[in-house]
Amino acid sequence: MPKKGLITVDLKLCKSCGICVEFCPRKVLVSEEPLLKAKVAEPERCNACQLCEIYCPDWAISVEEVEAVEAGKEDSR
Amino acid sequence: MTRRLLLGNEAIGEGALAAGVRFFAGYPITPATEIAEFMARRLPAVDGTFIQMEDEIGSMCAVVGASLAGVKAMTASSGPGLSLKQEAIGMAAMQEVPCVVVDVMRVGPSTGMATLPAQQDVMQARWGTHGDRGAIALCPSSVKECFDLAVRAVNLAERFRTPVHLLADAEVGHMREVIDIPERVEIENRRRPTVPAGDPSFQAYAGDADGVPPMADFGAGYLWHAEASTHNARGDLASTDHVAAAALNRRLIDKVNQKAKEITFYSERRLDDAEVVIVSYGVSARGAAEAVEMARAEGIKAGLLTLQTIWPFPAHLIEGLMGEGEAAAKLRPQGGCPKAVLVAELNAGQVVIEVDRAVRGRASVELVGRHDGRILAPADILARIKEVR
Amino acid sequence: MATAIMHAKDLREKYLVGRNLPTIWCSGCGIGTVISATMRAIERLGLAQQETVFCIGIGCSGYSSRYVNFDATHTLHGRALPVATGMKLANPKLKVIVLTGDGDSMAIGGNHFIHAARRNIDLTTIIFNNGIYGMTGGQYSPATPFGALSTTSPYGMIEGDFDAAKLAIAAGATYVARSSTYHAQQLTDIIAGAITHPGFSVVDALCQCPNHFGRLNKQGTAAAMMRGYRDQCVRVGPTDGTAGEAAGATGESAGATDGGSMPVARVDLDRYEGTGRIPIGLLYKAIRPELTAEYAKVREATEASEA
Repeated sequence: MPKKGLITVDLKLCKSCGICVEFCPRKVLVSEEPLLKAKVAEPERCNACQLCEIYCPDWAISVEEVEAVEAGKEDSR
Repeated sequence: MTRRLLLGNEAIGEGALAAGVRFFAGYPITPATEIAEFMARRLPAVDGTFIQMEDEIGSMCAVVGASLAGVKAMTASSGPGLSLKQEAIGMAAMQEVPCVVVDVMRVGPSTGMATLPAQQDVMQARWGTHGDRGAIALCPSSVKECFDLAVRAVNLAERFRTPVHLLADAEVGHMREVIDIPERVEIENRRRPTVPAGDPSFQAYAGDADGVPPMADFGAGYLWHAEASTHNARGDLASTDHVAAAALNRRLIDKVNQKAKEITFYSERRLDDAEVVIVSYGVSARGAAEAVEMARAEGIKAGLLTLQTIWPFPAHLIEGLMGEGEAAAKLRPQGGCPKAVLVAELNAGQVVIEVDRAVRGRASVELVGRHDGRILAPADILARIKEVR
Repeated sequence: MATAIMHAKDLREKYLVGRNLPTIWCSGCGIGTVISATMRAIERLGLAQQETVFCIGIGCSGYSSRYVNFDATHTLHGRALPVATGMKLANPKLKVIVLTGDGDSMAIGGNHFIHAARRNIDLTTIIFNNGIYGMTGGQYSPATPFGALSTTSPYGMIEGDFDAAKLAIAAGATYVARSSTYHAQQLTDIIAGAITHPGFSVVDALCQCPNHFGRLNKQGTAAAMMRGYRDQCVRVGPTDGTAGEAAGATGESAGATDGGSMPVARVDLDRYEGTGRIPIGLLYKAIRPELTAEYAKVREATEASEA
C-alpha cells in the first residue's frame, strides 16, 4: 500500500519562500495568494515523502503519515 | 608552609594553582612566558589542561570556553597581547565568564621594550575593551603578592563572574624572592544554580541580590545561552531591546563598582602624620617605600599608600588620606590632610589622573614617573618629595 | 535500511527554542535547512541533549544562538573555534559542535580554523557556506566565486576563493565532507558522520542566500538556487568509482606512535578543478592522534611519575 501523508502548515512560521511548493514531487502544494504561503492543494496526492519537511527552513510544514484510504472511497479530507 | 625561592611569574602560577585554576591557554611573550611554561609543566599532574594556542586572541577565547565548561581558567601575556585580547575580554565581561588575565607589563607603545618594566597598561585594563563594564585589576609589588593576589584574582573572578586583571610588571615578574607557600588557601567558587536543571524558573542572566547571576556549567543540563550580543535576563539575544540593554549594562557596572570597598586591598607605611603622601603600586611601590624611609631619616614626614587594587579605583582610600570618610580612621587616625600627594608610577601619568580626581584640590597632586624602561630609584622619588613638601 | 525522518514539529519542540521563532532569516535562506539536518543527525545518533553544546560564530548562522535548545555560546566573529577548543579540552565528555559561516571560519577566523584542524581536536565544525556576508548586507567573503557581485565587489570579485574542503584537509582535518541544502538527506548523513568521527570534522554546507548573493547575482528564487546546487554538485564516494583512491587503511588508530596516518577515504579533489562541478559527499577521512586523547595520556604519564 503506498504511504499517504497529512500535511499541516503553520502559517505563523511560513515565510512564503516557495521551496516546498517547487520541490514537492507530487505537486501537492501551491503558493496561495496574496501572501504566497504554502497551501495544500492536492491532499490525496501526498505520499508522506517528507521532502517539504526536510527542506523547510522554518519548520513550518509537518507531514504525518496516515492510514491509506482504499482507492475509490470518498476522501473526506 | 613550604619555603621557596621563586620567580614572580612562578609565584603567580603557584597562586593560580592553589586557587583552583585547572586550565591555562597562552602564547609566548616576554616577559610573561615563564607563566605559560610553568603551567605547561604543572597542570597535567593536577588533572588540569594546558594549551599553547595559535595566538593571543585564541588563548583568551579558549580560556572563556574552558570556564563555560566549569573549569577555572587563566591566561597570561604582556601589553601587546593584552591589546589583542580586548575584544575577547569584552566577551568574557558580557557573557559574565570568570577568568584571570595576567599582564606582565612592559614598555610600549606597540612592541616597545620587550624585556623592561612599565606600568602603562593601567588604563588599558580599565578601558581597553569597548563598552561599559566594571573592571577589576590587582597589582602585585613583590613575589609574595604575586602569589597572594593571583589567589585573590581567581576568587574575585569566581565571585563576580567577570575577567579579573592581574597587572604585574617585568621587574616584579622577573625578580626572585623567598616566600612561604601555604598548604592551602581560601577558595571561592562561582555560585551555581540552586534550582535543578530543567527548572523553568532558571534565568541565565538574572542577577541575585548582589547583581551576579548563578552560573551553570555547560553540560550540566541547564541548556542556557552565553550571549555576547546584548541580551535579556533569560539570555535571549535582544540587540534592539533598549530596556534590556540599559538593565544589562547597569548590572555589569554596578555588580563590581558597588562592591569596591570590599575588594580594595592595599598596604600602608607611615601615613598617619605624613605631610607628603606617595600613592604607588607594583614595582614603583618598592622604590617609594625606601624613599619614605630615607625622607623620615631626614626628618621629612612622608608616607606611602601602596595600592594592590587599582580597579575599581579605591577613591574612598584617597578620601581617607585626606582625613575624611570611613577610611580616615585607619589611614589618618590623627586626622588632617597632607600637603602633597605624589603618585609614583612607570608611565606618563595614569593612576595620577584618578588620584587627582579623588583628591579634589584638597592637596597638590603630582606625578613622579618615568617610561624609559628603568624603574624609579628611591633617590629620584626622594628628590620629588623634597620638591613638593 | 531507511531511518525515520524526524518531524518538523517534534524537532522544533525538542531541539529549538520555540518562543523565539519564526527565525530572523530571510524567506528561502538555507540556514534553517542546515540546522534541521544538524538536529536530525543529533536525533539519529541519540546524543544526550545535555552533553551536546554549541559554539556559534557571528553572522547570519550566528543567529542560531537564539534558536538552539542546548547549552550554546554566541561568541565573537571568527572565534567560535578557539572557544570550542577550550571547552572541549576542559570537558572532553562534551560533544562540541561549532556553527560558523564562510567568512567567520575562513576570513577573520582563518587562523583558528587551520590550527584547530592541525590539532585534530574532536570538534564538529559546520560551515554555513553561502559565499557571502549576509548579516552585514552582502559583502564578499573568501568563498565568493571569481566574478561574482557583492556590495564590496561591485565590479565583480577579483580575488580567488577558498575551497573549504581543500583548506581543511591541507590543515590537518581528519573528516571533511561537503553537501548542500538541496542534498539535505546527504547533509544529515555527513553531519552524523562528522559528529561520530573522533577528530576534527568539517562539513562544508552549501546553503543559499537568496536575498543578497542570489539577488545581486541574478540567481532567482531560493528553489532556483537549490537547483543550482543540484546541477553543479556531483556526488562522489564509493558509488562513483573513486573507492579505489582510498588508501587501504583499516580505520583503526594508525600511527599513534609516530603521528602518521593513512587516510581511510580520500577523493581526488583536483580532478574537479576547472570542471565547474563541485564534489559532494565524504571527501576525506583519516585517523590521527586526537588532541584530548593525547592530553589524557600526558596527564596519566605525569600523574604516574608523581606517584
